[in-house]
Amino acid sequence: MTAIPRLLVAAAGIGFLAACAPDSGSKGSTTGAAAGAGSGIALTGAGASFPQPIYNKWFSDYAAAKGVKINYQSIGSGGGVRQISEQTVDFGASDAPMSDEEMSRAKGGPILHIPTVLGADVITYNVPGVPAQLKLTGPVIADIFLGKIKKWNDPRIATLNPGAALPNSDMLVVHRSDGSGTTFIFSDYLSAVSPEWARVVGKGKEVKWPTGIGAKGNEGVAGQVKQTPGTIAYVELAYAKQNNLAYASIQNAAGNFVQPTLETIYAAAESAAPNIPANTDYRISIVNAPGANAYPIASFTWLLVYKNPSDPAKARLLTDFLRWALTDGSAAARALDFGPLPPAMAERLKARIDSIAPGSGT
Amino acid sequence: MRTEGTAAAVAPAAPPARAGGFSLAEEIVGKAVGDRVYIAVITGFALMVPLLLILIFWEVALAGWPAMRQFGFSFLTSSEWDPVRGQFGAASAIFGTVVTSILALVIATPLALGVSIFLSEYAPRWLRQPVAFFVDLLAAIPSVVYGLWGIFVLIPLLREHVVPFIRDTLHLGVLPIFSGPSWGNSVFAAGIILAIMVLPYIASVSREVLLAVPRSQREAAMALGATRWETIQKAVLPFAKSGIIGGIILGLGRALGETMAVTMLIGNKHEISASLFAPGYTMASLIANEFSEASGDLHLAALMAVGFVLLLVALIVNAVARWLVWQVGRAAAGGAR
Repeated sequence: MTAIPRLLVAAAGIGFLAACAPDSGSKGSTTGAAAGAGSGIALTGAGASFPQPIYNKWFSDYAAAKGVKINYQSIGSGGGVRQISEQTVDFGASDAPMSDEEMSRAKGGPILHIPTVLGADVITYNVPGVPAQLKLTGPVIADIFLGKIKKWNDPRIATLNPGAALPNSDMLVVHRSDGSGTTFIFSDYLSAVSPEWARVVGKGKEVKWPTGIGAKGNEGVAGQVKQTPGTIAYVELAYAKQNNLAYASIQNAAGNFVQPTLETIYAAAESAAPNIPANTDYRISIVNAPGANAYPIASFTWLLVYKNPSDPAKARLLTDFLRWALTDGSAAARALDFGPLPPAMAERLKARIDSIAPGSGT
Repeated sequence: MRTEGTAAAVAPAAPPARAGGFSLAEEIVGKAVGDRVYIAVITGFALMVPLLLILIFWEVALAGWPAMRQFGFSFLTSSEWDPVRGQFGAASAIFGTVVTSILALVIATPLALGVSIFLSEYAPRWLRQPVAFFVDLLAAIPSVVYGLWGIFVLIPLLREHVVPFIRDTLHLGVLPIFSGPSWGNSVFAAGIILAIMVLPYIASVSREVLLAVPRSQREAAMALGATRWETIQKAVLPFAKSGIIGGIILGLGRALGETMAVTMLIGNKHEISASLFAPGYTMASLIANEFSEASGDLHLAALMAVGFVLLLVALIVNAVARWLVWQVGRAAAGGAR
């Protein structure tokens, strides 16, 4: 058990040395926390690669605006959870909420989940002669990825798409081979719409795929789809938009077919928000949200921070940044195809950020 | 033993004084502090490498132990890899690693031998250097570039031309190894890309070994009336055999551990299929794919256990290869020489 963190710490690279260094003499100036590190890095974080584009943008904007440098390493959600648990970074980032068991093992006390932006998966495909915006429903998607629908002209797809010239060709499912938040969102959605999927496969950042082949990264999946006629796959919305992939309209819980856009994933968060209890810890899923215009395969991504950080200077820097990200950061998020949080939710989150107070760290 | 050899190399002209139970090495070491320090330092360096290997083995085994304890022998025999339910078995990855590596060697060895025989025996002098340079250059291409080339060139080529040719023109589709649906991403594609990647290693070593075969060896065969081909076949190749096998082993090591190019082409499916056209998995690509996002302790331990198995497979393969080289070396010493 001890060997794994040891190996990981070794692998995590020298970037974290600043964070690992004992926090001596940090009560000087406002950037006192950076005093120990010659590079001027005030905070270090590590974790999810899915929101890396927006986080990098935020950190560079924030450094320009406030002069506080934040170093972020996208080593994956699993790594982010382990690093924050071991207290080798000031904050972690994850596309999947931590389990109770993982939270209980964090060395620095209680961990707060702070949702930052919304992401979504799109269903992309390559079928010669079939235009964009193929219509699909949750159960149909689940059966495709379960390997039960094998042909493109399957009656269940044909009835959803009258008039589309569906060929009598085999369907090839392409999924992610590497663990990813994209897969977590997708399997979370399929578990919500298909009892069989929930029973046979379940949700996770890596799952046991019943059919298809695996490709590495969004770019690997997208490349495979472009290269192979007859393929169907899921990729992250931001990636699909920036690469002009064809994607499907998906029937949501209200019965409407919706396109994945910033508005529809925002609608998903907005329609799910009233159902979030006041005392939530924000480890919440918004797949298959109830809104009329809600896109069903959407999710939050989270920053993981300690409720009682041991270093007061860093705690202040971190909470300042979080408040900034929830207000001033939303425009940048939109520009990079990440959905900003609904304002009401951002307001509620600020109270939660205010509750972060330096403590003994248990 | 090592100490003696080193000392002898330092002072080759010294008389062989072994009287009084003192070896030459001990005598020299006794005289000069510098020599003693030098020997200590290089011995330290020499020991550091095996020590490092043992440490890696130890750490990986330790980290993988929870998975090995939980699944026992079924970790090696089961293909069930389900991170959601915490079920891990590496059989499909072990199978894929071994099959792609063998396939790579089967394709690459004849090609590499052809290149090296041509370069050492037939090629005109002006052609030798440029061709050797380009073959060696293959080793310098990053594996991700091989992977991209595989996705955009090799796989469409396999899907649209090679597979239909094998099945429809040669009518080999009835054989189990060529059966089943083919999408391009397959054990076959991974084997071909690995073959291209290991080819320069085998070719380069073989060429050097063939060039090192003494001229007298060839002249003697010629003098007995052998044709050029007979000379190569009966006099040159047997002499160079152990070196060539060494080159093949080097290539095999590369094939076993290759990650990026393979994971881009093999389809990453936990499945053992008789068909070469079916997707599969390898141990190295499994670790590369899942390590960064593995969150459960057991999942991490299972990946570490896969790493341990990969180390073991590499060790076994190398041991077998050493044994082969040794056997061949003995046969060559008794026969061709």
